Amino acid sequence: MVSNGTITPSTLSIKDLSWQVHWDKERCTLCGRCTAVCPVHAIELGVHRKRVIQMPALGEIGQSNDSSSINQVYYGVRQKTDPAYACVGCATCTLVCPNDCIIPYRTDEADKLRFHINRGGQPRRRGGRRNVRDPDPGGILDRIKFIRISMLTDPALDAGRHEFELRTLLGRILPPEENLRMLKEHGWIPPVREIYPLIIGAMSFGALSPNMWEGLQMGVAYLNEQLGMPVRMCTGEGGCPPRLLRSRFLKYVILQIASGYFGWDEIIHALPEMKEDPCAIEIKYGQGAKPGDGGLLMWYKVNKLIAAIRGVPSGVNLPSPPTHQTKYSIEESVAKMIQSMYMAWGFRVPVYPKISGTSTAGSVLNNLARNPYAAGLAIDGEDGGTGAAYAVSMDHMGHPIASNLRDCYLTLVKVGKQNEMPLFAGGGVGKYGNLASNAAALIMLGASGVQIGKYIMQAGAGCVGSESDRCNICNIGLCPKGITSQDSRLYRRLDPEKVAERVVDVFLSFDTELKKIVAPLGRSTSLPIGMSDALAINDASAAERLSIRYVV
Amino acid sequence: MCRLFAITSEEPLSPMMAFQALDVMREGHDGSGVGLFLSDLGGPFEELKGAPILSGIFTNEGLKRLDQFMMNIGFMTKYKLSIKIPKSPPPGTPKRDIYLIRAYEYPESWEGLSESELDHRLMMVRLQLRQMGEENEEMIVYSFWPDVIMIKEIGDPLLVSKYLHLDREELRARVMLAQGRQNTNYAINLYACHPFFIQGVATMTNGENTAFVPNREYLSSRGFPGYIGYQSDSEVFTHILHYTLNRLGLGIEAYKHIITPLQDDDLEKHPDGSFLRHLKHSCRRLIIDGPNCVMGVLPDKTLFVVQDRKKLRPAVVGGRPGLYAISSEMCGLDVAIPDRDRSRDFQPMHLDTAVIHSDRQEVRIWSQTERLPLPH
Repeated sequence: MVSNGTITPSTLSIKDLSWQVHWDKERCTLCGRCTAVCPVHAIELGVHRKRVIQMPALGEIGQSNDSSSINQVYYGVRQKTDPAYACVGCATCTLVCPNDCIIPYRTDEADKLRFHINRGGQPRRRGGRRNVRDPDPGGILDRIKFIRISMLTDPALDAGRHEFELRTLLGRILPPEENLRMLKEHGWIPPVREIYPLIIGAMSFGALSPNMWEGLQMGVAYLNEQLGMPVRMCTGEGGCPPRLLRSRFLKYVILQIASGYFGWDEIIHALPEMKEDPCAIEIKYGQGAKPGDGGLLMWYKVNKLIAAIRGVPSGVNLPSPPTHQTKYSIEESVAKMIQSMYMAWGFRVPVYPKISGTSTAGSVLNNLARNPYAAGLAIDGEDGGTGAAYAVSMDHMGHPIASNLRDCYLTLVKVGKQNEMPLFAGGGVGKYGNLASNAAALIMLGASGVQIGKYIMQAGAGCVGSESDRCNICNIGLCPKGITSQDSRLYRRLDPEKVAERVVDVFLSFDTELKKIVAPLGRSTSLPIGMSDALAINDASAAERLSIRYVV
Repeated sequence: MCRLFAITSEEPLSPMMAFQALDVMREGHDGSGVGLFLSDLGGPFEELKGAPILSGIFTNEGLKRLDQFMMNIGFMTKYKLSIKIPKSPPPGTPKRDIYLIRAYEYPESWEGLSESELDHRLMMVRLQLRQMGEENEEMIVYSFWPDVIMIKEIGDPLLVSKYLHLDREELRARVMLAQGRQNTNYAINLYACHPFFIQGVATMTNGENTAFVPNREYLSSRGFPGYIGYQSDSEVFTHILHYTLNRLGLGIEAYKHIITPLQDDDLEKHPDGSFLRHLKHSCRRLIIDGPNCVMGVLPDKTLFVVQDRKKLRPAVVGGRPGLYAISSEMCGLDVAIPDRDRSRDFQPMHLDTAVIHSDRQEVRIWSQTERLPLPH
């Protein structure tokens, strides 16, 4: 813009943006890789005009009539300031630069861009995670310590050499008296799965690229079949590839049904040809990233394959309703839905609901506890990630997982159903990299297992998204790593085999760390669900809220 | 560590035998307390087999309240054992007013009650007394049950037993459990002292239960009034056994499957694998952890010992037909039954439950991998 030019309200300078792309002319080879790779076209070829003052040598003064002021042109990179093309900080430019001459830096003050990303009256939508920086370093889960260390009275176990039973149960477990009676009378005993307590949570085929999905599935299959770890993965709402439905690997899969029922036509049709039952059915009533809002697959990602699996036309937005259209009461229709799903597989597959963390979770739980078919309850806390959501939902809606889960567990303890209704917790587990300690804390607060999403995208596939608004463009299918894209030019960057390897690495290292936590606590015979005497926190109010010990 | 000693004998024995056995094992315990459980009684109590016996410690005030309370329900004292206490107690032992061992006659209105109703009422009376006692710390009640006497006190076991003259003629029993230590993991409290008792089931433990909180939460939420207390992490072992026998209707052989279930491979090979998997799933919150050796008595006077899954605490069982003992250490066994065939001594391992039935003819070893004698 020239100094006397016009400006509009949304005319921003580079300084106003969240990210400033620094580019070093000296080192740039002008290869053009950075501008080609930028997912949001934030940078482009820049033709820069520059005046150069040429001072003649002393002896030449007065002899030449040429001007000493020369205008030269040089080529390089220019950052766009149009909010629609603002840099997202993914640094893929840095990744591809042969000379390390380009890198985005976060602005030194709150950006002005945030006031302008609502063009056409459309509020900001994005993928990824909450953009809330906790006032304290780490979340509440990171601050929980494990204090009951087995010392002289109970020698600590050897995490490397002892046997550990770290499995958990997914399914409705009958009270012992009832279970024995049913065995005797050959009555129906609800199906129960023995699974690994760390579950890959719901991320749909559609939200994730085919390569990412395949990588996760291969990793899960390897963990099960080669390493004997019964790891399970949930499909999310997007159906399941037909070949997987008809394969023996289906038993490692938790099929999710959500309010859009996407993919269920395909699943129902595959029923007669299924070689194995799925691990379980998760009915999604809510999710942590966009509590009380339906799923959203934006049109960018609805290509032919996705459209075919989901049974919809391609290239249209796929917003799921916020609630199941048939749901008008938890007593009746939720119970019916749970029973219908049981019926589809001959009462051989556990069916459980998943809800967003909410202050009403207790009422949901009380109802489910009275429904003899509910196989558990998954609660997804406010820190859950997503493929696409309105920024406001992600940043401000929902309930933190720790207290929500703890309340639910203690409610179950009160009515004596803590073993009957397993609780699964998700939402920000491993958010700051401490996966095993976060998971162990939740288990000791009462979770039977934990679900992870973002963590496995970061650790398993190198997702660069962050809690402080870096990248987070999963919603528009432009993932620079090919994790959440449906564009083959992008997702071919991701090698499924390598993803599978990383998934195995993640689970093996998690397993070792979990043992390194439970062994010193003197636990090995069973997963220490609800072992709250092992936990403490250096915050008196948090300790009181969670009914754990306060330590300083 | 605790030291435990349990014995079952055809002839009634003096409790001093158990104290001597504890005394030779004194290197292994700190002598901070003593707990004694006597059953299959001899002496004057033999004549009173059906009469419930109340055992506990009372203040003079507490005794008055007890008498009033029992009279109101209609219990009449049938026999009492008076313990005359010398003036100065041994070091560490508090001065008490009354150590009470008293047999009662059932109230007339209780006649004709079913056995289970009787069992329930006896337990409720004990719980009520315990609750009354906690108000002003006037009474501590250990047991109220036919053919059962319990004594617990702080102090060195041998000194306490001499102080209380437990060598008296009237005190003889065929089945005894003795334990030589106060609770160390939690506050000193007589209710935290082993053995623990509920409706004919008594156990004592050498160990530390790291799964105590989930165990306690589960038992407390069973809706059974007797599952209270838990001043010690070991009390859950007694209640889990009671739950196994009374609520699930299973035998002692199933106990080990509940507290330390088999793992996958073993379950698959087990002839009752499917049943045991169900048991493991539904009783998951009763799985214990940590190093533990549990000894105990069943209502039918069967003696048993089990170990935890991997850490194990010392225990050896041995004897001869008519006289068998389970002891934390070999030296305890040597003092109690020197004339036994030592080659038949057995130290139970992680899969074993050693059982001596009330006929006292043999030590039966149940391995967890064996078929269960299931009710059909």
